[in-house]
Amino acid sequence: MKIEREQDVVPFRNRVKEYATKINMGLLNQTKLITAASELVRNMLKYANGGIVHIEVISQGRENGIRLIFRDQGPGIKDIQLAMKDGYTTGKSLGLGLPGTKRLVNEFDIKSSAEEGTTVSIIKWKNG
Amino acid sequence: MDRIPILRMGDFLLVTIQIDLYDKLATNLESDLVQMVNKTGARGVLIDISGLSIVDSFMGRILGNIGSMSKIMDAETVVVGIQPAVAITLIELGLELKGVHTALNVEKGMELLKEKIGSPSDESPQDEDSSE
Repeated sequence: MKIEREQDVVPFRNRVKEYATKINMGLLNQTKLITAASELVRNMLKYANGGIVHIEVISQGRENGIRLIFRDQGPGIKDIQLAMKDGYTTGKSLGLGLPGTKRLVNEFDIKSSAEEGTTVSIIKWKNG
Repeated sequence: MDRIPILRMGDFLLVTIQIDLYDKLATNLESDLVQMVNKTGARGVLIDISGLSIVDSFMGRILGNIGSMSKIMDAETVVVGIQPAVAITLIELGLELKGVHTALNVEKGMELLKEKIGSPSDESPQDEDSSE
């Protein structure tokens, strides 16, 4: 799903919700996943003027989950370790974007370079 | 729809958010509310967010801004109706909703507001007593 404008945020969240409902994810985990997705998509808009999000249902053994991959062509994050620290921000937001988002999901992976932009991948397990 | 209606009830302004807000709608609400506080001289703002299925850092910041701006305009803000899942998520995310009071529901929120600003109906009898 393409994210180009701020108006894309709500439809995108609804799409994530559809997937989460499809695998019968509980309300709390759904809320956490959608909030995390919302944070990441906002980062993408703010720092990279948008990008592409890939949504899929994954399974591992008996457990189902949702994986979201956020890919942008932005300037990249210079110091990922620093960006993952609570309270750090370069933008004018609250500075709890990345570390806060990480707490909401089960798996969080981030890769970034100035050449290729930033890719964030998160997984929320149905019962995670 | 590009505006959230703001209702006036005595000294208070009431806002019910029934859908997940687009950013523009949220920022409009922020400026509309502050202007309404100014225009009406409202002493309290009550925002019911029971219709919000998620509150992310953007929405959290808007709520916080409304609280802080109203405070400067001498009005208290109470946010009510936060869903349990939203509350848990907010805290894990690290958002504390600084600058606003919270209450479980509209009724409790109104009580809190009245308490905060001192209800006029409580004050007027005292005035009469002192003049006698």
